[in-house]
Amino acid sequence: MSVSTITAGPRRGWRSAGTWIGAIIVGIAAFCALFAPLLVPHDPFAQDIPNRLMVPFWMEGSSPDHLLGTDQLGRDYLARLIYGCRISMMIGVTVSIVSGLIGITLGVLGGFMGGRIDDAVLFAITTRLSIPVVLVALAVVGLLGSSLPLLVITLGLLQWDRFAVVARSTTMQVRNLDFVSAAWCAGCSRFRILTREVLPNIASHLVVVATLEIALAILLEAALSFLGLGVPPPLPSWGLMIAEAKDYMFFSPWVIMIPGAALFVLVLGINLLGDGLRDQFGARSP
Amino acid sequence: MLQFLVRRLIVALLVTVTVMTLAFMLTRLSGDLAISIAGPSATKADIDAVRLAYGLDRPLVVQFFDWVGHAATGDLGDSYFFKTRVSQLIGERMPVTLTLGLTGLVIALVVSLPLGILAAVRENTPFDRAVQVVALLGQAMPSFWLGLILMIVFGLQLGWLPISGADSWQSFIMPGVVLAFSAIPALTRLTRAGMIQSMGSDYIRTARAKGLSRASILLKHALRNAAIPVVAIAAVQLGFMLGGSIVIEQVFALHGVGYLAWESIQKNDFPVVQSVVLVLAVIYVALTMLADMMNAVLDPRLRGG
Repeated sequence: MSVSTITAGPRRGWRSAGTWIGAIIVGIAAFCALFAPLLVPHDPFAQDIPNRLMVPFWMEGSSPDHLLGTDQLGRDYLARLIYGCRISMMIGVTVSIVSGLIGITLGVLGGFMGGRIDDAVLFAITTRLSIPVVLVALAVVGLLGSSLPLLVITLGLLQWDRFAVVARSTTMQVRNLDFVSAAWCAGCSRFRILTREVLPNIASHLVVVATLEIALAILLEAALSFLGLGVPPPLPSWGLMIAEAKDYMFFSPWVIMIPGAALFVLVLGINLLGDGLRDQFGARSP
Repeated sequence: MLQFLVRRLIVALLVTVTVMTLAFMLTRLSGDLAISIAGPSATKADIDAVRLAYGLDRPLVVQFFDWVGHAATGDLGDSYFFKTRVSQLIGERMPVTLTLGLTGLVIALVVSLPLGILAAVRENTPFDRAVQVVALLGQAMPSFWLGLILMIVFGLQLGWLPISGADSWQSFIMPGVVLAFSAIPALTRLTRAGMIQSMGSDYIRTARAKGLSRASILLKHALRNAAIPVVAIAAVQLGFMLGGSIVIEQVFALHGVGYLAWESIQKNDFPVVQSVVLVLAVIYVALTMLADMMNAVLDPRLRGG
């Protein structure tokens, strides 16, 4: 390997195909989530027992009326899938907002103030990491009964660590730059420096964390719903759809393949988009 | 080194006490425990009897210090549902969870170390990009879904592996693979990044200039330095795996600690729930401490802090 060879790296950011694939997947999911009631061919809650477990379109004997077939209660699978997308996206975004508010506040405070406050923030992060997330979330939902707001708050309270870590380290880098010193000299208040100088300069890093956190929250919600302590039935969460269909999976494997594949593709899309944004902003991976 | 150890120990102790407080508060979230334990058909007298029997009539502060005091001596109380010692219950179930976690970690390391090293050596080649795609796919895979697919394919259609229970070592293959999937992306990326960084450093150039063999440079010089973050993350990942195995134990009907916790949550068996949270947190704290110490041994530069 000679020093003069400059290897052409893979395409990054918006020049990479992966970023576009991710953006398209997320775009479709967002569209489905926003316009679910207009898109669905059937009521996702309407049961039709005589027409239960109908096969999807690629199999012999499918009905053009139910493109993805029906579930064990005869509910249209495509309609439930689209409504499930709405629930996944909503949980992903709202959990990230809650965890972002907590994590960014703690991280920026620790990184900006330093000293004792930073020690306290670091301790909070260490403690948070030692708590088993799935177990505690299950326990909270199990004790208080499952509901969407409770699920969002619980996951938000448990998933702020990455926001805090990234906000803290990037704030530390920005804190000592010249424009912050200039703002101090100009007599700006601490609050003004935090909100007008520091936050805008770490925002791109936080956007990257937010995309990854949305993906993580979606996977967590699915796992909790799968265990029966997440989204309450009959709401069509993808995790819950897999749990309800589990008893039929050996005879009709597609009943778990369809919601699982949807979950996998959506999370993959969000991660692809997040990675692309990270490269675009030139941020380092958290 | 001693100062470093003492500092880490104090932090670990504080974290443990904080987790105990949180776990205690968690189980008191639902309001009156006695009503939940006594069940829906209980009379007022039954509830009062339960309250008295379990010491729930005492002030919360007293209950809390009672729990902390006993837990410090290894006494985690009695299970309401199983009617046995909680420490005994967890002791019986722990081997399954530990076997599962260690199987997962070994599989994850066996897959991600070679992949990460090879990807780093062939940086920016199709192989490197393929490894990164695999890592991305692994990251997006819902573990319980992967578990069900493996059950259908290897359990039902091919009939190679048992789909549930923990009767033989074969029972741990599928759950181990599923658990490993959650750690492989992070471990592979870290190995790759660490190897690329150390391959570009001065001491590797020196080693090359001395005419050392490629294998010796890679394994003795580069890997030793790249291993530092990998060791730390591997220990942390094992902690996450033990905590996250609750989902996989449920899928494969493995009766480990995670399964115990899931049962106890459904049965309102609070002493078990708060104890499992505590035990898993303590294991995680111990693992991260172990990782820090291994790092200090591997990298003398870290000992000062």
